[in-house]
Amino acid sequence: MVAVKRMVLDVLKPHQPNALDFSRTIAAVGDDYRVRLTVIEVDENTETLQMVVESRAIDFEAVLSSINAMGGSLHSIDEVEVQNQPDGG
Amino acid sequence: MNLVRRAAFLLHITHTHGIVRRYFVVNGFDGALTMLGIVMGFVIGGPASLHVVISACLGAAIALGVSGVSSAYVSESAERQRALVELEEAMVKDLRDSYHGEALRWVPMLIALVNGAAPLCISLLIITPLWLASAGVSLPLPPLYAAIAVALLSVFLLGAFLGRVAGISWLHSGLRTLLIALATAALIYLFA
Repeated sequence: MVAVKRMVLDVLKPHQPNALDFSRTIAAVGDDYRVRLTVIEVDENTETLQMVVESRAIDFEAVLSSINAMGGSLHSIDEVEVQNQPDGG
Repeated sequence: MNLVRRAAFLLHITHTHGIVRRYFVVNGFDGALTMLGIVMGFVIGGPASLHVVISACLGAAIALGVSGVSSAYVSESAERQRALVELEEAMVKDLRDSYHGEALRWVPMLIALVNGAAPLCISLLIITPLWLASAGVSLPLPPLYAAIAVALLSVFLLGAFLGRVAGISWLHSGLRTLLIALATAALIYLFA
């Protein structure tokens, strides 16, 4: 199984939910999700973020769905780390 | 996310928890002073049956509740709609399916509920001595005076609540709103 271990995402989001709530919600997608969020730019109504998500196996669709639910917009996937690992490994 | 946490979250992301608190106090104050005015009117105007007093107060309480719900819903819906359109323009994205879209549907209802419930509940609390007296319960004061006392206490408690919110002395804030209620009562006494 090819598992996504790490992703660096470029995200645009409204000021609310704030960075803490935003990263908490993304981290709640899976049990072992680790999120590091950096606010790159702040505009009048929006913030541009660099978000690093790490896990044993990232469910990208679920992460994208959470970003959309919070009103965010995925601009680009800037880095990806994937690993082909035996099933159950 | 359970219902209460979800409601709190939606109020948080729309920065409307302060508006809810403000509406609660403003309309609660409206309810208390309106009931004070009606009851004072009956005290000054001469004897009337408790049934008539209760009906008049209940009518005003229901009208205040409905007015609070409808006015807040209409105005907050418009405000939320405008905020969402501004955000959608900034995000260049349809946000109807996001928490912001959900807030557009739910936050006006929550605010309207508080705006209507505050005057209604406080009014019902003030009417309670009248109901108790009409049910045969003996009160330490005549029923109309007991209702006035509850109205003054409600106004004091709303002021104390505001004091806690503002981080100033709750006693000072409570006494200040009580003074406003006493001034209102004096005006009614003078002109009614």
